[in-house]
Amino acid sequence: MKKLLTLIVLGGLLLVLLSSIAELPPMGEEKGPSYNEIAHYYVEESAEDTGAKNIIAAIITDYRAFDTLGETTVLFTGITAVISLLGVSHQKKEGEDQHHG
Amino acid sequence: MDDLFVKVTTKMILPFIQMYGLYVILHGHLSPGGGFSGGAIYAASMVLYTLAFGLKKGQQRMPHEVSSKVETGGILLYVLFGFAGIFQGYSFLTNKAAGFPMGEFGAVLSAGFIPIVTFAIGLKVMSTIVTLFHTMLEEES
Repeated sequence: MKKLLTLIVLGGLLLVLLSSIAELPPMGEEKGPSYNEIAHYYVEESAEDTGAKNIIAAIITDYRAFDTLGETTVLFTGITAVISLLGVSHQKKEGEDQHHG
Repeated sequence: MDDLFVKVTTKMILPFIQMYGLYVILHGHLSPGGGFSGGAIYAASMVLYTLAFGLKKGQQRMPHEVSSKVETGGILLYVLFGFAGIFQGYSFLTNKAAGFPMGEFGAVLSAGFIPIVTFAIGLKVMSTIVTLFHTMLEEES
């Protein structure tokens, strides 16, 4: 019963994803939504806007600095997940009789 | 690992790796690289040190108290310099309009707060990788 439910849910997800792939515009097409004026803007104006020679650095730490802030907090989340899974305590022990799980 | 050759070689190449990591971080706005890759290179030197000399010496070199402070300090630096834009009346994390000195195009000290942000990211990535590595080794032992 449980396996059947899993199969139905996963099959439905597969159908949804496959149907959305069929709707994607072809790669490298001129009128695709990813090929818009923003790329031209970055190439032409980023040196004037940010003063950085490296356009990628200009994009990730100036135009999309808030996105990078979230990216760096992902690292903190990773540490939290690993330490909580492994159960290593970095706290200094205060006396032997206090036992923290 | 208790091998003389590994220890001597590690001692020899450690400063070069760390110098290269700092170079990649500080030139993040000029050349390929940046905070993430430079921090990973710097952390690789600490990982190499821990592998060659053992967990105890590695933790003496980079104790958990220090790495946790460095990690929090990196993100705090990022957010504090982001607040400068708000105080000037612009949005969070504004660079040029918030009055950061832009400097000469192509120089190391240029591009407003981009080098500061890259340095903060580098600190955070470095301490994160070292903390994860030490924590996993601790669990194993």
